[in-house]
Amino acid sequence: MEQAIEANGLVKSYPKGVTALDGLSFGVAAGSVFALLGPNGAGKSTAVKILTTLAKPDAGAATVAGIDVIANPDRVRRTIGVVAQGSGVDIQATGRENLRLQGQIHGIRGQAVEARAQELLERFGLTDAADRVARGYSGGMQRRLDIAMALVHDPAVLFLDEPTTGLDPEVRADMWAEIGRLAAEKGKSVLLTTHYLEEADQLAERIAIVDRGTVVAQGTPDELKRELRGDAIHVDLEREYNGTVSGALTAVPAIRDVSVDGRTLRARADDGGRAVPLVLQALESHGVEVSSVRVARPSLDDVYLKYTGRTFDAAEAEAEVTR
Amino acid sequence: MTLIRHTLYMTLRHLRELWRQPWFVAVTLVQPVIWLLLFGALFKRVIEIPGFHGHSYIAFLAPGVVVMTAMFSSAWSGMALIEDINRGVTARFLVSPVRREALIAGRILKEAVVVVIQSLIIVALALIVGASFPGGVAGVAALFAVSALLGATFGALSNGFGLIMRQEEALIGAVQFIVLPLTFLSATFLAANLIPRWMRHVADFNPVNWAVVAGRSAVSGNAHWGLIAARAGFLVALLALSVAFATRAFQSYQRSV
Repeated sequence: MEQAIEANGLVKSYPKGVTALDGLSFGVAAGSVFALLGPNGAGKSTAVKILTTLAKPDAGAATVAGIDVIANPDRVRRTIGVVAQGSGVDIQATGRENLRLQGQIHGIRGQAVEARAQELLERFGLTDAADRVARGYSGGMQRRLDIAMALVHDPAVLFLDEPTTGLDPEVRADMWAEIGRLAAEKGKSVLLTTHYLEEADQLAERIAIVDRGTVVAQGTPDELKRELRGDAIHVDLEREYNGTVSGALTAVPAIRDVSVDGRTLRARADDGGRAVPLVLQALESHGVEVSSVRVARPSLDDVYLKYTGRTFDAAEAEAEVTR
Repeated sequence: MTLIRHTLYMTLRHLRELWRQPWFVAVTLVQPVIWLLLFGALFKRVIEIPGFHGHSYIAFLAPGVVVMTAMFSSAWSGMALIEDINRGVTARFLVSPVRREALIAGRILKEAVVVVIQSLIIVALALIVGASFPGGVAGVAALFAVSALLGATFGALSNGFGLIMRQEEALIGAVQFIVLPLTFLSATFLAANLIPRWMRHVADFNPVNWAVVAGRSAVSGNAHWGLIAARAGFLVALLALSVAFATRAFQSYQRSV
């Protein structure tokens, strides 16, 4: 399949000796949604800056829609739509004027640009506010306008850099729905960066986990979780049984990593659903009474912990300190 | 063609922005009105000083106020650019195929347009309070032209320094530091033959003075077109240098993104 984005060994350091990217590589298949997931300061935004021609890498190469971003930045700019981390809306101009100017820059003129602006205003629910100055827009409205502006010229590749950061949970849910619709559009490829695990999980077909400027793991959300080798099984016991419990489970080959902590039993299994009856059977035969059982798919948080040795929250806190 | 079109899009954007801030427009016009009316009244009898050629101080002062206002309003041009950078608006343009030069040229052109509008208002006001401009329409047009050149120059410089400083407070400080000395080291308020010799020498290198001397001569009725052309030539050269500086500053900003 044709690659919408290809990044190869990108390196970028900033004057103060901060290495933002340390050999970042990944590929995005055309027509798919790809997420770069990582805490603040992991290098996601720097990667987006390079891919959108804002910054030049110190080393490495990248193409967007098959075009070399370093050799042909202007051609790349005609092909991409970008929603940056902050807002790029001109708050002194109305929504319609913002859209019109973006269209004009992309060479759409006259009636065509007016029609396109109107179409996008309608699609993003901004018709009532269309001729009001964007200064008065709510955070969600500005964000929607931002996305609409990125779509004026119907770009083949769309970059969404932290699209829901700073939005209310409710607005975020709307935004997720909108991004989902975008992704469903034929032929559109989306690169999303986020530090929300659930956002990547929900929206992206493939995820690259970025830590300290490199990709530490990548795959579909399910693949990444599966690499943790299995589901978590969580059993609440009626009372404490001490040694009996782990003894009872040695006979069950499907599970591993058994740990008992008071009335809580944890184990892992390749297939949690199949393992549960076996576990229950083994426990029952040893007279262990069970009050409840849960099988949990491993979360991306677990994945992150596995590859970086830190929990996501800890990495975020660290980024906060070093900033 | 694309460059011209993109520059016009940007100029229109900036002019519309200004149009939406009527208070700002009003405030920028209060100052020249004060200069013209208050200074005009305060120094009314300056014309009686031996060696002062002329019969109306307001008529003498008006071209100076036009030029001064051109500098004062354009010198703030970089503020809007800093705001655009901070808001991500500039980055948004940079990921689009907009011609880079247009992002600076649009701002400079806007300053020139604003200068012409302001100058029209000031000249109209001066006429109302009794000044006359024997140089006629051609003279006034020449005054506007040199003022627009000066405004464009200061617009370019302001954008260049704004891009280097990247901080509104720093730019405010720089503008305030530079604008008043340039005004007073010129023949804006007093005829050149009446100001101290050393100041006159400094004024020879002061672009504000170039514009004042050329503009005043143009509206005076016995215009020295050779002198006007020379001063206008200086201003064009300085404008070219300032635009080159702003462009370089913009390139270095792009590298720092």
